[in-house]
Amino acid sequence: MNNKLIVSTSPHIYTRESSAKIMWMVTLSLVPAGIAGVYIFGLSSLWVILTGIISAVLTEAAIQKLRGAAVTLYDGSALLTGLLLAYCLPPAVPLWVVACGSVFAIAIGKQAFGGLGQNIFNPALAGRAFLLAAWPTYMTTWTNPRGALDAITSATPLDNAFVGVTYWDLFIGRRSGCIGEVCIIALLAGALFLLMSGYISWHIPFSFIATAGIFTWAFGADTLFSGQWLFHILSGGLILGAFFMATDYVTSPLTNKGKLIFGFGCGLFTGIIRLWGGYPEGVCYAILLMNAACPLIDRYTRPRRFGTK
Amino acid sequence: MKKLFQEFTKGIHRENPIFALALGLCPTLAISTSVKTGLGMGLAATFVLIGSNVIISAIRNGIPHKIRIPCFIVIIATFVTIVELVMQAYFPPLSKQLGIFVPLIVVNCIIMCRAEGFAAKNPPTRSLFDALGMGAGFTLGLVLISAIREAIGSGRLFGYILFKGYQPALTLALAPGALLVLGLLLGLSNLIFKRK
Repeated sequence: MNNKLIVSTSPHIYTRESSAKIMWMVTLSLVPAGIAGVYIFGLSSLWVILTGIISAVLTEAAIQKLRGAAVTLYDGSALLTGLLLAYCLPPAVPLWVVACGSVFAIAIGKQAFGGLGQNIFNPALAGRAFLLAAWPTYMTTWTNPRGALDAITSATPLDNAFVGVTYWDLFIGRRSGCIGEVCIIALLAGALFLLMSGYISWHIPFSFIATAGIFTWAFGADTLFSGQWLFHILSGGLILGAFFMATDYVTSPLTNKGKLIFGFGCGLFTGIIRLWGGYPEGVCYAILLMNAACPLIDRYTRPRRFGTK
Repeated sequence: MKKLFQEFTKGIHRENPIFALALGLCPTLAISTSVKTGLGMGLAATFVLIGSNVIISAIRNGIPHKIRIPCFIVIIATFVTIVELVMQAYFPPLSKQLGIFVPLIVVNCIIMCRAEGFAAKNPPTRSLFDALGMGAGFTLGLVLISAIREAIGSGRLFGYILFKGYQPALTLALAPGALLVLGLLLGLSNLIFKRK
């Protein structure tokens, strides 16, 4: 009889999961898209990615030291922020711009709010929004993919409607754009891994992409219901944003119903900004806007307690 | 004398209008794009503050309690009109840059707050030092914010280029920069003065 009864405090059921493991898994799932990006745009994008990661990690360590908090670099969250930020930058961006973005993302976007788990906005997207407002020329100079030579300067590749680019080109990433967003097939592979292993749920990506698709299909052309919805889904940062940024645990709602609403809002704002807004690409701002609405969504989708009405 | 000096210094740190009372944030956010406009705004507000505080406290016993706010506004508006006309006559570029924010000093919270909260209850000398301190605190805060924004956001200070080849981070010169810098400085001042 002795030693059979274990008396302990709750929680009694453990899982081996931890924030650190999740962060590393998400990082791992992003690797294929990074490799594809480096292949498509050349070695300069590798330096962008490395600069993003290193400056993010250093900033995190420095600020945690300054705040007198425990330095938690092993949890990989700063690394992931740096990686995601680098993925949504153009390949030819100067490295000091990348470093500034990483410092802003970590210092203002994350640590100013209290560190991991406290931030209101997705740090990587906050960094990108800062850079886009600070140095717009660098942020909108695009490199042509492998095989073509001239660099295009335009608000984003979404602007010039991709003359001669087929859906297949978009799918495998033979187009100009940000480093991590171009190769859809690599992104989908990573996303599938995350979905299968249960690290992200289907709710946000599904409602995000579906809403953006339906919206651009309905209003994307002069006549109703004839927009190029597939083009809008495959171009820009929609896939990267929907699977890897909107699903950030800290800045997205907790319940499934809330997640569907969150994704719907992201898709709606993306469509509105892309079709009618001043900016050609809206994914970044759409997610940031819905981040701000997240506490409200959580409040109104709070599950009913058992036994109450 | 020591008391009067305290009335003066409290406006600079302990009760700094921007960083402690968080008053007058509308002009603070809007015109802190360059040190010139920040300094101009700060001095204009200080002048109005001194004038209104002294006059209001001198006639504080003659103002009927129920209509004190309209009375304050008439007095404040008088000084604002003086500032506006002087600025238009002698500093036309500055007047153009500050635009609507000079007439808006009439409804500036700092001035209303000092009129209602201090000048209406205290004698003129103390009100004068209170106004001087509050004005100095407001001006200092504005100059600090606008110096940071101008240096980082446009690479200049007082309109002079600081470093050759520096590529300014435009965000700081735009509206988000105002909120960012103000928020960070507020946090920093709370850290330094250990406010809760």
